[in-house]
Amino acid sequence: MSDTHPAVAVRGLHKWFGQAHVLRGVDLEVRSGEKVCVLGPSGSGKSTLIRCINGLEPSDGGRVALAGVDLSGPRKQAEAARRTTGMVFQSFNLFPHLTVLENCTLAPIHVSKLKKADAEAESMALLERVRIAEHARKRPAQLSGGQQQRAAIARALAMQPQVMLFDEPTSALDPEMVGEVLDVMRGLARDGMTMIVVTHEMSFARQAADRVVFMDEGLIVEQASPTEFFAAPSHARTRAFLSRILA
Amino acid sequence: MRPPRHSLGRRVRASLFATPWDAAVTLAVGAVLVFTVPGLLRWALIDAVWLGETKAVCREGGACWAFVTARWRQMLAGFYPEQELWRVGAAAALLAAATAPVAAPRPGRWLWLTPLGVTGAFAVLSGAGLSGLPDVAPEAWGGFFLNVLVGASAILLALPFGILLALGRGSRLPVVKGLCVGFIELVRSVPLITLLFMASYVLPLLVPAGTELDRLTRALVVVTLFSAAYMAEAVRGGLQAVGGGQREAARALGLGSVRTVALVVLPQALRVSIPALVNTFIGVFKDTTLLYVIGLFDVMWIARAALSDFAWQGRELEAYAFVGLVFFAACFALSRWSAALERRLDAAPLGLAAAVKEPA
Ligand SMILES: Nc1ncnc2c1ncn2[C@@H]1O[C@H](COP(=O)(O)OP(=O)(O)OP(=O)(O)O)[C@@H](O)[C@H]1O
Ligand SMILES: [Mg+2]
Repeated sequence: MSDTHPAVAVRGLHKWFGQAHVLRGVDLEVRSGEKVCVLGPSGSGKSTLIRCINGLEPSDGGRVALAGVDLSGPRKQAEAARRTTGMVFQSFNLFPHLTVLENCTLAPIHVSKLKKADAEAESMALLERVRIAEHARKRPAQLSGGQQQRAAIARALAMQPQVMLFDEPTSALDPEMVGEVLDVMRGLARDGMTMIVVTHEMSFARQAADRVVFMDEGLIVEQASPTEFFAAPSHARTRAFLSRILA
Repeated sequence: MRPPRHSLGRRVRASLFATPWDAAVTLAVGAVLVFTVPGLLRWALIDAVWLGETKAVCREGGACWAFVTARWRQMLAGFYPEQELWRVGAAAALLAAATAPVAAPRPGRWLWLTPLGVTGAFAVLSGAGLSGLPDVAPEAWGGFFLNVLVGASAILLALPFGILLALGRGSRLPVVKGLCVGFIELVRSVPLITLLFMASYVLPLLVPAGTELDRLTRALVVVTLFSAAYMAEAVRGGLQAVGGGQREAARALGLGSVRTVALVVLPQALRVSIPALVNTFIGVFKDTTLLYVIGLFDVMWIARAALSDFAWQGRELEAYAFVGLVFFAACFALSRWSAALERRLDAAPLGLAAAVKEPA
């Protein structure tokens, strides 16, 4: 399936919040294994776009398909397709009443119906991978921001997603912790994960992305490889944004 | 390195005499205690009369606890037959077991004990359906135990109902939301005593013709519904304290709405609601002293009946002091327990997970 269909296909996507027309016909296609960084000014609709991709927000027109499965199609299939995405939030959203390990095993046990021992073994392996295995039995509140965000990444990976969505994963972090989270994300990228990353970290977009997408006022204004995008942006709005952010 | 230990004198100074104002308050309170406590102790303990058959044994200036001890069996268990009193003890044990889901570290695991314990307590007391036990009609039940029975059963039955009402109140379905809001507002706005009187007329209309609801059942239904409305509001406060990001994270992980509520939202919401919930528990328990108005022989009824007995007339102070003391002890214990529960949950949170079916 994923050979013939793109991992993510967004066509003519519209979204309104009341009177506000937040997405105004967005088209985006992401191949399996591709890493896409989404840039754009505040309020341009970046979060809304990735929240539509995993169905957290219902769309008001257009279509979102994951590996060929339409999210507005039959409910069962759409739910299963939604589950092939993993989401990492700006504010981590770890479950504070559970340990780091329980955060990771919750969905595998209750959604994928894994046995507890198996789920724990898999989650421990993921916590090793994001290098916080020694904190597995702690509560989120006992961890630093960077550790919490890495735990949140492990939690999303525990559901074995085909696509990982990141919504400004480092924006809530103290500067000295940004690096450790980006390191984990770079590792994921190297391992071939399909990723859509909303970020203000230009260095990450430069190094890790296959493609950079620039959004403004609910539309994708420009998309290009990172070298092209940063060296020769073709749109005036892109140039204005870059000069502001790189100044 | 250990934290420094301060001497007793230093700690006393810090907590009682830190500022001139603190010192003044300490001295004033101390003076009041010095003048009142010895007299109170003399009345309540030293000059008190503990045993006796009539008020003739009572002494001037001392409490006459003989009034309480002479009637202890009624005060405790109403007119329950003497040779069957062990069943009251058994029912108390069953009620204690029924509290396991709120008292034990893994609530989800013990949920089944609540309906079993409560029904068991009523079965043992009435003897209905249990061969070998003589029937004891609810008219013979009473005393402080009746307050505990109705209070504990109503609290335990109302809690799940209150949680559902709170969840329903937050529902997106207008009909569900409307019904829950309507119920909560209606029940909260009518005094319990009115509801208790109304129940005699309204409840029989709601059950199939021919079934007879005795007073006790009616009281239990009313107190349960009444408590549920208050608990719903306590839980609603907790639900509001759980951020939207928690639901989103659960949904992004593929948890359905039932699991999101059971595994993510409720454990956090209930933790936040504990102080407000225990507040309603205590209120409900104390409200069981209203049961005497519909002719149930709770501890207040027994006390008033004893006071109207010529042999004990005039011992109101002892009667109400005793009832007050018993309730204080029970409610204070409840309050300490809730504080301990909060501390324990902060260390190891509510394990509702076992309530949602887990694969083997
Ligand atoms: N739940 C909502 N209800 C109403 N308006 C919303 C909601 N979510 C987003 N919006 C509005 O939609 C617009 C786009 O929001 P979105 O969060 O997608 O922007 P963004 O590009 O992610 O911005 P930022 O960089 O600040 O995160 C904004 O004007 C925002 O106010
Ligand atoms: Mg955003």
